Amino acid sequence: MLSLELLFIPLFASLLILFAKGKAARALALVFTLIQLLVTGYAYTIYKANGGAAFEFTQAWVKSPVINIHFGVDGISLLMVMLTNLLLPLIVLSGFNREAKRPHIFYALMLFMQFALNGVFLSMDAFVYYIFWELALIPIYFIAFNWGDENRAKVTIKFFIYTLVGSLLMLFGFVFLYLSSPQHSLDWNTLTQFKTCSCNQTWLFWLLFAAFAIKIPIFPFHTWQPDTYKSAPTQGTMLLSGIMLKMGTYSLIKWLLPIVPDGFKEWQAVVITLSVIGIVYASIIAIMQTDLKRLFAYSSIAHVGLIAAGVFSFTQQGLQGSLAQMFAHGINVVGLFFCADIILSRTGTLQISNLGGIRNQNRLFSSLFLIVVLGSVALPLTNGFIGEFLLLYGVFEYNTWLSVFAGLTIILGAVYMLRMFQNVMSGPDSEHISSFPPLHWNEKLVLILIGGLIILTGVFPAPILELTQPAIDNLLK
Amino acid sequence: MNTLIYTSVLGFATMLMEVLNLRKFIVPLAVIGLAVIFGLNLQDWNQPSTHFNDMLGVSNFSVAFSGLALFITLIILVMAGEYYTNDENHISDYVAILIFITAGAMMMMSFNNLVMMFLGIETLSIALYALAGSKRFDTRSNEAGFKYFLMGSFASAILLFGIALVYGSVHSFHLSLIASFISENSTLPPMFITGVILIGFAMLFKVSAAPFHFWAPDVYEGAPALITAFMSTLVKIAGFAALYRLVTIGFNNGTPQTDQMLYVVAILTLLTGNLSALAQDNFKRLMAYSGISHAGYMLLIVLSAKSNVSSTLFYYSAAYAVAGLAAFSVALPVFKSTGSELLSAFNGLGKKNPVMAAGLTMAMIGMAGIPPFAGFFGKFYLFTKAFESGLFYIVLLAVINSMIGVYYYFKVIMAMYGKQPDETQIENPLSYQLVMWVCTALSLLWGIVPSLLTDLLL
Repeated sequence: MLSLELLFIPLFASLLILFAKGKAARALALVFTLIQLLVTGYAYTIYKANGGAAFEFTQAWVKSPVINIHFGVDGISLLMVMLTNLLLPLIVLSGFNREAKRPHIFYALMLFMQFALNGVFLSMDAFVYYIFWELALIPIYFIAFNWGDENRAKVTIKFFIYTLVGSLLMLFGFVFLYLSSPQHSLDWNTLTQFKTCSCNQTWLFWLLFAAFAIKIPIFPFHTWQPDTYKSAPTQGTMLLSGIMLKMGTYSLIKWLLPIVPDGFKEWQAVVITLSVIGIVYASIIAIMQTDLKRLFAYSSIAHVGLIAAGVFSFTQQGLQGSLAQMFAHGINVVGLFFCADIILSRTGTLQISNLGGIRNQNRLFSSLFLIVVLGSVALPLTNGFIGEFLLLYGVFEYNTWLSVFAGLTIILGAVYMLRMFQNVMSGPDSEHISSFPPLHWNEKLVLILIGGLIILTGVFPAPILELTQPAIDNLLK
Repeated sequence: MNTLIYTSVLGFATMLMEVLNLRKFIVPLAVIGLAVIFGLNLQDWNQPSTHFNDMLGVSNFSVAFSGLALFITLIILVMAGEYYTNDENHISDYVAILIFITAGAMMMMSFNNLVMMFLGIETLSIALYALAGSKRFDTRSNEAGFKYFLMGSFASAILLFGIALVYGSVHSFHLSLIASFISENSTLPPMFITGVILIGFAMLFKVSAAPFHFWAPDVYEGAPALITAFMSTLVKIAGFAALYRLVTIGFNNGTPQTDQMLYVVAILTLLTGNLSALAQDNFKRLMAYSGISHAGYMLLIVLSAKSNVSSTLFYYSAAYAVAGLAAFSVALPVFKSTGSELLSAFNGLGKKNPVMAAGLTMAMIGMAGIPPFAGFFGKFYLFTKAFESGLFYIVLLAVINSMIGVYYYFKVIMAMYGKQPDETQIENPLSYQLVMWVCTALSLLWGIVPSLLTDLLL
């Protein structure tokens, strides 16, 4: 029953915030995301990691076609729920010294987004899952469209249609699975137990994979991503990059792999190659970027490419690593975009060539930014390390040469991140920056919390790995 | 059957009220009257019966669809009071004609006999010709009325010719006898097949399926906006109810000839509707092409008639109707205040009137078939049923088309939120607001609890 509470707290909060005024809206948003975080923490403490589903809720919904509501978590989805509900208070808090126009609608949409994201991760019935998957698209579309920069109209409709194309193909796949399942059901348990013949899995794989690949995004489905990240408001970008793309990688493991295992194996080589191409391609483009936000966007493509490669290596280590890296990447990328936003709000520019010498002005910010950067280049003892290590190990077990190319991500990642850091933070004082005002209390708090999380989960990754271990063992059986 | 009589009587009563000098009360009384008839209509639930020598058959199908028809007319009448504030001299005519259209629609939903079907179609169409041209001093409206009349009477002639040919082979107008004629004869005579195809052409004209759709955008654009709302909801639904009834009862769930014809027409309709809609900058024309594309989806339901899909058709129709009515309840006051019917009339509505903008946004999302609105479940239900009947490729085409659809529905949303507003203030009278809230709430309710409608006609 805990699943229902996880769903209805943000939904209720979002409706409530709609009627709040001004500052009360974001205060309410913070309170409710914190309550949600507490409930999630409670769920984590009482969850027994045994690979099965917990906190289940089932309810008949529609008689014809037969659809049941089914919620529940296993280790994999609980990790994603934790990531979502951990990041949301940070994202809300990061906006405390920013004046958004019409904040009640902004935060209501954000909490509605949290509702939909929790729904995606909690659903155990493909139809319900699909509804939440689409539902998550609506608030983020309006956040990006109404609060974005001047290019938003073109960019957001591209994003929306691109992702919707994927979703509809997935829906088509689900309709086929529904009709071919023996008892006409879309329940996760049914879908994973009955196996449709591998002749169908060949094309079913692509129908489902299209939706996930666009959302993640895997090369060559990524063209919507950099523009959208750049043009959305920072909090929207945090939601998109921190949590929403995890919907895609999570679905690879939770839905695609167990439902079409034969198709998965058949196309494994193709997808893993695409992912590795994406890693190298995105890293090289990232080196060329002159804009901070675009650089982070491309680095994100490289990171999620590695996550996808790990999933498709179909090894214990690859899957473990992808989950650990999803959790780490969520935290790091939110930190990165927040730092970019802090720089933008103080200097008015994101052009790397215009920036420089910020370290002399603000030591604290510089140190915290460095921790986030190190986490994202996967330095040992930061959260990025364990995930990338396991991922590369997994890809190595699949194919040595691919792992060599995938390993470039670490080197290239270090190149563009550290060079960026050097140019922006140290280096000669830029004439564009007359002063760099000190951090606000909420900015300090968010960055310290993110830095703390990066180091904490870097030093003690065991709880994450233990949480997901049994579910992954089930998958590999 | 009683429902049909009551509705016709209500139509005459509104005309009498004009004579009795009760002009002010016409709209409220007509609304109350329709609400009462809606209640009386429910009495026939689960009590199938036939009337007038088996000319009309009351079944749950006809009761459900008649209920939907009454509901749509009621909503339209609620808006009519406001819409015709400057045209009070003719209000009784408009209201009476609207009610007669509903009566015609009810015949189309419950006929057992081709003659009755023809009567229903003509009652509906002739009344509609008059309404489409009812803005006498507007050339566009005149053009719409005249064009619709010319093309419509041509279609009616084809329909009659088809009916005559079918009568010539079967020696009866009764649907059940036509059905047994089909099952008794392994090879059907060419005259019969020609008749069936001609009837099909005429019906496809009435539901504005491609390539018989050319009248729709011009008529939708020229007709008064309220009538456009009525045409795009009730008239389309009545046409499909009639087509479905004809195919399921009369043609034994579809002969090979009708299936082939419908298959091609469905593909054409989906593509024409969606691709043409992309280029529109007039809201009413956009709704016309969106209506054509919805006709394409609904043809898939008719094509899957072999598995029982009446509940799919009903759900889809209801979802489509509430989304369309909600959209027009926002569009009508915007048209009136800005004096323009272009998409640019909606520019900046998100700033000027956030509530109306939110309502239209939800209507557009519902039409595009995105959860949690009823439009989404309708599409899912439709795809499932069509897939089940083996229509694999055409469902794939429909899926691709619903992606295209998103673009033009979102054009409206982008105008509302992305463009700068002009100075004109939007006046939004209470009745429009009421309609918007009721229809949006229903769309959401049916989307979240689809069993409210899907279980009715199982």
